[in-house]
Amino acid sequence: MINFILIILASLFFTGIIIRTKSITSGRKGPGIFQPLKDIIRLLKKGAVYSKTTSFIFQIAPSIYFASVITAIMVIPLGNYKGLISFEGDFVFFAYILGIGKFFNIISALDTGSSFEGMGASREALFSMFAEPAFFILMGSLALLTGHSSFQQIFSSLHFGSSISYILGIMATFVLTIITMVENSRMPFDDPKTHLELTMVHEVMILDNSGFDLGLILYTSSLKFAMYGSLIANLFMGDFPLYLTIPIFFGMQILFAMAIGLLESFTARFRMNHNAQYILALSSVSLLIFLGVLLILGQFN
Amino acid sequence: MSLITEFILIVVVALILIPWMGVRWKGRITVTIVCILALLSSSIAVQTFIGTPFEYTYQGSLITGPIPVRIDTLSGWFILIINFTFITGAFYGLQYMKAYQEQKANLSLHWISLILVQASLISICALQNFFAFLTAWEIMALSSFILIIFEYQKRETLNAGINFLIQSHICILFLTLGFIWVSVKMNNYDFTALTAFSKSYSLLASVLLFLCFFFGFAIKAGFVPFHTWLPYAHPVAPAHISGIMSGVIIKIGIYGILRMLLLIKTDYLILGYIILFISILSGLYGVMLAIIQHNLKRLLAYHSIENIGIIGMGIGLGCIGMGKGNQLLTLLGFAGALLHTLNHSLFKSVLFYGAGNVYQATHNTDIERMGGLGKSMPQTAFIFLIASLAICGLPPFNGFVSEFLIYNGMFTGLHSSDKVLLNAIVCGLFGLGLIGGLAMLCFTKAFGTIFLGTSRHHLSHTPHEAAYGQLIPLYAGLILMLAIGLYPQYFVAALSKPLNLFLHAAGNALVIEQLPFAGTLSMIGWCALLFLGLTGCIYFLRYRITIHKPQYMDATWGCGYAAPTGKMQYTASSFTRAYRKLAEPFLSIRKKKTDVSGIFPVHGGQETQPYDKIEEWMIDIPLNMLKSFIGKFTFLQNGNLQFYILYGMVFITLVLGIPYVFEYIHSLIKFLNTL
Repeated sequence: MINFILIILASLFFTGIIIRTKSITSGRKGPGIFQPLKDIIRLLKKGAVYSKTTSFIFQIAPSIYFASVITAIMVIPLGNYKGLISFEGDFVFFAYILGIGKFFNIISALDTGSSFEGMGASREALFSMFAEPAFFILMGSLALLTGHSSFQQIFSSLHFGSSISYILGIMATFVLTIITMVENSRMPFDDPKTHLELTMVHEVMILDNSGFDLGLILYTSSLKFAMYGSLIANLFMGDFPLYLTIPIFFGMQILFAMAIGLLESFTARFRMNHNAQYILALSSVSLLIFLGVLLILGQFN
Repeated sequence: MSLITEFILIVVVALILIPWMGVRWKGRITVTIVCILALLSSSIAVQTFIGTPFEYTYQGSLITGPIPVRIDTLSGWFILIINFTFITGAFYGLQYMKAYQEQKANLSLHWISLILVQASLISICALQNFFAFLTAWEIMALSSFILIIFEYQKRETLNAGINFLIQSHICILFLTLGFIWVSVKMNNYDFTALTAFSKSYSLLASVLLFLCFFFGFAIKAGFVPFHTWLPYAHPVAPAHISGIMSGVIIKIGIYGILRMLLLIKTDYLILGYIILFISILSGLYGVMLAIIQHNLKRLLAYHSIENIGIIGMGIGLGCIGMGKGNQLLTLLGFAGALLHTLNHSLFKSVLFYGAGNVYQATHNTDIERMGGLGKSMPQTAFIFLIASLAICGLPPFNGFVSEFLIYNGMFTGLHSSDKVLLNAIVCGLFGLGLIGGLAMLCFTKAFGTIFLGTSRHHLSHTPHEAAYGQLIPLYAGLILMLAIGLYPQYFVAALSKPLNLFLHAAGNALVIEQLPFAGTLSMIGWCALLFLGLTGCIYFLRYRITIHKPQYMDATWGCGYAAPTGKMQYTASSFTRAYRKLAEPFLSIRKKKTDVSGIFPVHGGQETQPYDKIEEWMIDIPLNMLKSFIGKFTFLQNGNLQFYILYGMVFITLVLGIPYVFEYIHSLIKFLNTL
């Protein structure tokens, strides 16, 4: 329960910090960190314009997308404290429940019958599909290392001992960060600030959404950021008591948001047609983690 | 005993009756018979689950020996799956076939074959005598051949049918080889001879025997590289036949593999690795090819290969568990495989029936020519959407439960300390993760292009929603899909008896009443319910908030372009283009391109035709080589009667002469020896 509330809290300022970091690095003062939230609230109050081509799918997709992310958040623990939902293999549920949100997002883009939105949908489907094996191999390696198979058990028994395990921690952070960037369609895979429909991924999919639906989608992406941020934070939490984990949690979230801001400020977007290869290669980093785990377990002796 | 007699009697009576019926009654009587047969066999199957296994031995004849009819819970599970699919299929077919009412004789043959396929499939699950089993298998192969070639006037239908016929007989060849081997050695036609054989001969012999059966059954099940008949046979058959074929006929191959695993005592570990490897290959290859297909039914056919791969992964894991003596792995692997068999039969038959509705509305299976059907066929669209979600393995539907079990099996396997197993499991995780993602790409493409957007092709008539007869069977499948997704614990609890068979075969005497993962599964059910509830709440909230807000309809955003047409929409090929470019080395795509040129370009175009690389290598190239070799002898067949008489003369001379010459040489050598 505690983690659910913390993630919701983190989601309120996460995108704000990213935007603030980006404006500071580009020499601007930038909006306050709650500006994105204010924008979302404004959108939630607005009316909407729907495309004539759309059907019921388009109406319900944002709600399903939002619900899927909320359900996924419930699975995530806080160090030793279980999430609202916890069972053996809950990370499989985590990945697949996010999948259903994605599915509806994609078909709602196709529902508009637009010549652009299918483009974004196709890219989203392709990129996120290639990120999936990396996530499963990463979780498999952690399960192998700890001998457990649920988020809470894995994270609470994850100890950093040898030098290899530090490298593993760094690589796991790297994999999760890249997955976050792919899932949220951020740099270097997609530029959220781009102005041309042909080069967009996520932005082009929601071109026709407006009002409440758009607000919901925007808020969902902040939630997703905070969710992955808390996954990364969990890697370093161990089984500390609550008065330590909460500061660690917020510290990691802010650090993560700033890192994303910096990353977005100083990298250029990849060529769209090479993205998929790059994301698939992420699985090889996961494989390295797997080999590292084998090394720790002494399988090579 | 009396039940079996009734069963056979009903089939025979039906076969005699149907040709004499009026055209409207042929279908109705078939549906009735299918239901009665289903009731009879299900009653036995259900009894095995609550009571004891069913066993009865027929006297048989001098050639066949006694014919045992044994129905244990494994057979029972498959019989129940077969019956459900056949009932929905027959009801759906009744309505679907109304479009073909003028072909009376053809319809009689069709309905008779349908009953025969059902009866033979059930018999295959029950009969445990080599002769009887092969006979039932042959009846199944021939009658499903007749079902496939219903539209025999079309050339491609006949080609696909003959392809199916040949490949099913290669399958029978493998099975016969295996049976002959055992019966020669053991002098017994009972299935128990298989166990005795594997116990009394070397390990290599039993592994080879299993592989012989495995290849045979793999052809039926459609494992890569034995899958090539499948993508031809499914698209040309009528929709309910495709559904039944993909739902249960290919599953009989899975039944065969599982049965052989129970009977043949051998090194399960090696078999487990082989099966796991082939399954990962099938799963990935199936879905990779499915994405580039633009014929809806062909796409679904390739997805059957993918799902057979997923089932196979479960079997492979279970086998490894048996070999390692890891009880949990055995249970999880086989539970995943058995449940996915049920799940796939549900959503795949529903998808094929849905494809049938689409076909009858548009007279077309090319998804590039569809679009916007969701508005004219909302119910079919809804059903197709739910089945697509289920086949992608997304919660809260049934596909997730079985995939979850297999994932869980893999994570259980990770707790071991065997390097080979660990590597195999990482391959499995990679494969299953990628399959899930690719399936999503495939079904967003299929659903999006068929039902969403606007029409891409001008139809001469407006498509209509299918009749209720073509929707109710689909809803029945849908309800079961949701039920398994929400209450998986009950369905998996029913599996505990067949699972105990496998534990028993692995040498575990304990009987497990309560499956160790029952609690986890009920959690999944609750989480799925929670997700549904949450979605409902949010949608309701959205409704309450937006009801008073201004809303209006306008054109889709098109960068300010004023006259968008349906042809400007994103198409299925453009949706998968990025993927196709990436996967090109593994695929075989034939392209034809005419560039536009000149100041006033007239005509340009690009055409891509997906083809199967494995088919090219395994079937086409050897076949061409064989053809060219045999072609060298065509000069013999020159049409001259004189030559043919000469051949006859030469033949007779040789037949008579060779023994004579041989005898002569023999006596010559004898003579020389005496010298």
